[in-house]
Amino acid sequence: MSDYYLDEGLPQPVASEIDAPYWAGLRDNEMRLQVCAACNEWQWGPEWICHHCHSDDVSFQAVEPRGVIYSYERVWHPVHPALKEQGPYIVVLVQIPSAGDVRVIGNLLGDPKQKVVIGAEVEGVFEHHDGDNPHTLLHWRAS
Amino acid sequence: MTRSIRGETAVVGVGETVYYKRGEATDAEFKLALNAIIAACQDAGISPKEIDGFASYSNDRSDPSHLAAALGCKELTFSNMQWGGGGGGGSAAIANAAAAIHGGLADTVVVFRALAQGQFGRFGQGPQRNTVAGDGAYAIPYGLMSPAQMFAMKVVRFMHDHGVEQEALRAISLACYHHAQNNPRAVMHGRPLDEAKYDASRWIVEPFHLFDCCLENDGAAAMILVSADRARDFPNKPAYVLGALGGSHYRAGSSVHNAPDYSTSTFKTIVPRLYEMAGIKASDVDVLQSYENFTGGVLMSIVEHGFCEPEVCNDFFVKERFSAPDGDLPLNTSGGNLAECYMHGLGLNIEAVRQIRGESSNQVADSEVAMVISGPMVTPVSNSIFGGETTL
Repeated sequence: MSDYYLDEGLPQPVASEIDAPYWAGLRDNEMRLQVCAACNEWQWGPEWICHHCHSDDVSFQAVEPRGVIYSYERVWHPVHPALKEQGPYIVVLVQIPSAGDVRVIGNLLGDPKQKVVIGAEVEGVFEHHDGDNPHTLLHWRAS
Repeated sequence: MTRSIRGETAVVGVGETVYYKRGEATDAEFKLALNAIIAACQDAGISPKEIDGFASYSNDRSDPSHLAAALGCKELTFSNMQWGGGGGGGSAAIANAAAAIHGGLADTVVVFRALAQGQFGRFGQGPQRNTVAGDGAYAIPYGLMSPAQMFAMKVVRFMHDHGVEQEALRAISLACYHHAQNNPRAVMHGRPLDEAKYDASRWIVEPFHLFDCCLENDGAAAMILVSADRARDFPNKPAYVLGALGGSHYRAGSSVHNAPDYSTSTFKTIVPRLYEMAGIKASDVDVLQSYENFTGGVLMSIVEHGFCEPEVCNDFFVKERFSAPDGDLPLNTSGGNLAECYMHGLGLNIEAVRQIRGESSNQVADSEVAMVISGPMVTPVSNSIFGGETTL
């Protein structure tokens, strides 16, 4: 058993030019999402320009990792060898009201067979992975 | 003058290879494509050398220039790929072919799709690599990586919003397997499904049981389109293209599950345009072929094409309604992607043509309007309507 929500061995995230501030933020226990400096429109995932006003002055701003469950799924069938012994797990789509209601994906901590309530409030939990490719995942739990 | 492709073209030939279980095709994918095209030409009574246009979708690997060379086609005038993955382009490829013919870009166009997953790898498996960047990085490390996993959250939210029960999804699967039992081409021919077997089947990802998920197959399918004027000289009853188009709604392609309208089959904006083009309404449809990547996509598609309101799904979605020949909305009469073959939905278009011709193994009486819904929940999606002579 690892201390992580999912068994180890899945592909690990690496930053790219468009989203480096996001991944760096998670290392610092911050959820930094993309907002347009010109018109204040939020967007996620990150884009090169603002979809609303087309300014390329888009930046990453830290927001409280708090949201509501927009949808979820309980996965049973492992499609990756690393998850063969995992058993069921829950993926949640979390809407972030303080960032224009954009949505982020994570896992819902706790009993994988728990009843999940759409609309329930959740708070972020940063799961730090060290090693050759240090990175941080952002999970969620009931708040 | 209204710009439209309505009734301007027709399907005059269809062809398929044997449909194999995933990885079991004995031929290379390119040869499967050739064999399906040759079969469609035989059905149409023409030489493959007469083909001057090729249209496909979902990044098909069989390149038109190479196909035209291999077939000895006299000239290549139209080589077209519909952008987008999954089966979303299955009807759009037909729209592209019809538009090319109507616009004078080509005369004899083959729409085709070929798949050999043994040769090229599976859809329903996660990526086997150490790291991931870009959009995948926001999903794969959380265990969200297969098509079933990518679409389940849309369906969960739709079912939550409208109080839809599992039995509504089950009815779709039962109808598909029911029809496959009369279709000797179907991979699941001789493998019937009932309520108990469905209920006992394992979860893939809630709300999808095993039998809510499409097959993965090897094979190829092709259909020949020509102008309506020429179509009457061919041996088969023409299946006229009354309407075909593709598209998606505002920011449907937002990454990380951020489409503003999320829990949708992606058809809301294109359905009115299709019906207007074809000059029909939902109640005119005699038989429906609705792409099942997963049953939840069929459910939302049927709602969004105006067959029922979302609040009545639990009453509307029953096997009897969807069963040929007597149901009032016969659905996926070949067995579809769940039980005939997963040829990225081109088989559904071929089945619609068969219904117009009166040649289905689950024939609906007097079938004059056959609709196909291709690739729900992806972007772009597409849909098509075929009609017999009386609909022109």
